[in-house]
Amino acid sequence: MMELNLIWFVLIVVLFTGFFLLEGFDYGVGILLPFMSPHDSERSQVLRTIAPVWDGNEVWMITAGGALFAAFPHVYATMFSTFYLALFLMLIALILRGVAFELRGRHESPCWRHFWEGAICFGSAVPAFLWGVAVTNLIQGLPINEKMIYLGGFFDLLTPYTIIGGLTFFFVFTFHGAAFLTQRLASYGLILRARTLAAKAGAMAIIVFVFCLLLTFLNTDLFHSALAGVCLLAAGAVFILGYLRLFQGHSRTAFVLSSFSIIATTIGFFAGLFPRLMVSSLNPDWSLTIFNAASTHYTLSIMTIAAACLVPVVLIYQGWTYWIFRQRISPNDCNDVH
Amino acid sequence: MEALLLSRWQFAITTTYHFLFVPITLGLSIFVALLETCYVGTKRPDWKATCRKLVRFFGTIFLINFAMGVVTGIVQEFHFGMNWSEYSRFMGDIFGAPLALEALTAFFLESTFLGIWVFGWDKLSEKLHCACIWLVAIGSNISAFWILVANSFMQHPVGYAIENGRAVMTDFFALLTNHYVLGEYSHALFAGISTGGFVVLAISAWKVLHDEASRYAFTQTLKAGAIYMSIGLLGVMGSGHMHTQYLAEANPMKLSSMEALWETENPAPFAIMAAVNMEKNRNDCELSIPGVFSFMLYNKPEGEVKGINALQKEYQSKYGPGDYRPDVPALFWSFRIMVATGGFMLMLALAIVLLAKMDRIMAFPLLLKALPFLLPLPFLANSAGWFIAEAGRQPWIVVGLQKTADAVSPNLTAGSVWLTMIGFTVLYLLLAIAALYIALRHIRTASIPVEGRDS
Repeated sequence: MMELNLIWFVLIVVLFTGFFLLEGFDYGVGILLPFMSPHDSERSQVLRTIAPVWDGNEVWMITAGGALFAAFPHVYATMFSTFYLALFLMLIALILRGVAFELRGRHESPCWRHFWEGAICFGSAVPAFLWGVAVTNLIQGLPINEKMIYLGGFFDLLTPYTIIGGLTFFFVFTFHGAAFLTQRLASYGLILRARTLAAKAGAMAIIVFVFCLLLTFLNTDLFHSALAGVCLLAAGAVFILGYLRLFQGHSRTAFVLSSFSIIATTIGFFAGLFPRLMVSSLNPDWSLTIFNAASTHYTLSIMTIAAACLVPVVLIYQGWTYWIFRQRISPNDCNDVH
Repeated sequence: MEALLLSRWQFAITTTYHFLFVPITLGLSIFVALLETCYVGTKRPDWKATCRKLVRFFGTIFLINFAMGVVTGIVQEFHFGMNWSEYSRFMGDIFGAPLALEALTAFFLESTFLGIWVFGWDKLSEKLHCACIWLVAIGSNISAFWILVANSFMQHPVGYAIENGRAVMTDFFALLTNHYVLGEYSHALFAGISTGGFVVLAISAWKVLHDEASRYAFTQTLKAGAIYMSIGLLGVMGSGHMHTQYLAEANPMKLSSMEALWETENPAPFAIMAAVNMEKNRNDCELSIPGVFSFMLYNKPEGEVKGINALQKEYQSKYGPGDYRPDVPALFWSFRIMVATGGFMLMLALAIVLLAKMDRIMAFPLLLKALPFLLPLPFLANSAGWFIAEAGRQPWIVVGLQKTADAVSPNLTAGSVWLTMIGFTVLYLLLAIAALYIALRHIRTASIPVEGRDS
């Protein structure tokens, strides 16, 4: 009976892992866009590396939200009403970003292009930061009452710990995006530029990441779970290793390792939360768990069948997209704007 | 209380705005897919080149519109948890499933294959490339199906039970086969086709008049758009008629409010105009045709239709004291606006099909000139239709199960909803200007001359 709750917990972890892994480099590329080159044509190449895939990647977030709604409706209800203004900011950012991808290339004026590039940068930086704030808030615990209602306000969400969490996500994604760019661009100058930026963002990322892990150890009970402890420490170590490989000229390994680091971090956070999804700081009994916040057995079984049939198909055709667009982006690729 | 009212306004504004783009996506995706199928299928080299350019021309309009639809759609998904958390708690067991299925079956499909379609012209074979836009079109229309499954439950709950004060799903297939879905989905799908057709028609008319070099190409899409739109509008009328008949059993209060029928009558008259008086529960005066309402509902000149007053009494004894009447004058007039606009558009589309058939379309430049200015009509009709659907179920958010007033997030302050409502509205306005500017610029500048042919 309770296995389905477990399956859905795992599926939520999978969806968030996919989201952070894929949108991670999208956000990173977006954040780096204005700093990659003073030349419009080169920035077009940078954008082109994610242009065919970013929208599909964003669906991982939408699906994670939809899956929370379907499987753990109380978590969806509490989480989204708790983060009301934070989510408003995120929506504004995502709206600007999505429209910017479409509109930027449709006018030649430098002013127009700069404006929408700014929108892409802002629209990538804000969600990257806010997701870090959200995740650290979830594991630190929130003042949630016995009716699963959040009692605090917007500014209660911003504590030193959660801001460090936000910065960690921000810089890790930036590094991840820079490493991605080294693998996707053809122009040597741009690859070098991406590597330089990766070095800077990576250094910042390591500082805040280590700091964030330390605060997580001190502030939360996450490390009580052995799996979470192992995953999070491994995530930190793998990330540092990736950073070192970048300096030795192995950008591909750096990207693979930053991917593993993001996967391990996500698994670690959720493993530490398990079986909770939202921690109440007022009373441990008021936390939202995969049992008290779940849908009925019937709904979970219907959704399990659907997910078992559909998720593999989605993975296959999304994988196919990356295969079609596997070639590095060269200057010639950007002449043909749809 | 204020947070409730503001949340309702915010949802109304953002969802109406979102639904400006959705019908274009539904209809234009299929139209572009059909156009590309012509491109792949044709054996005439000159037409093939023109056709490819037309696919790209309308493809660009589709893409700009699609981007607007996607970003405003995310707001809607988040809204249920942000502003309506008590609704999400009460309904999550039922409502979450179609939303998650929408993401899994539709959003992944349309966004992934749209990416391939836009950037894959040189990387895929013609047929495979064409298959991509078909998958986008199918994805978009599947998405509409799931969201209307969810909405239909709110209008007419089926396959559920109430456990511990929450609605839980007992029969998933009852949700899918809810008769309400059939009416809503076919109506929305055909409305999408009509809207997409009108967009094609209006743009083509402008190009035919103002861009001589492209005249040949756009005369073709003018015809195609008019035919496509006529099919859509005939479907809209048929599905609308079917759905209204069904409302007599599924949601009589909405039906009688649409007609401002206060007293139960047999046969019931159809009011063309009425001065509706909500305080006195009657129409101060009305112009009506006897018997027609019953005839429209039952296909025969008699049949009882329950009046608002009788239904109000019935609901009070069933659900306890309270006002169960929706905003009758608003529904009454929205219905008339929708039907009149739809009828006018159908005549317009049929006239253009006829003129095009006789090759006489260029003899009516005034008609062509007027078409772009009439483009707001389908959007007016679409918005009026959704207004009837959603305002017509008030005071309920889920008819018979939960009231709108009980659905709002309890920890929401009026200040934060003011902030988000103004924020969304201002951003939406600015984006509309930017998107419209780019779309118009594209329409003005993109030329599709036909080689070796005098235009």
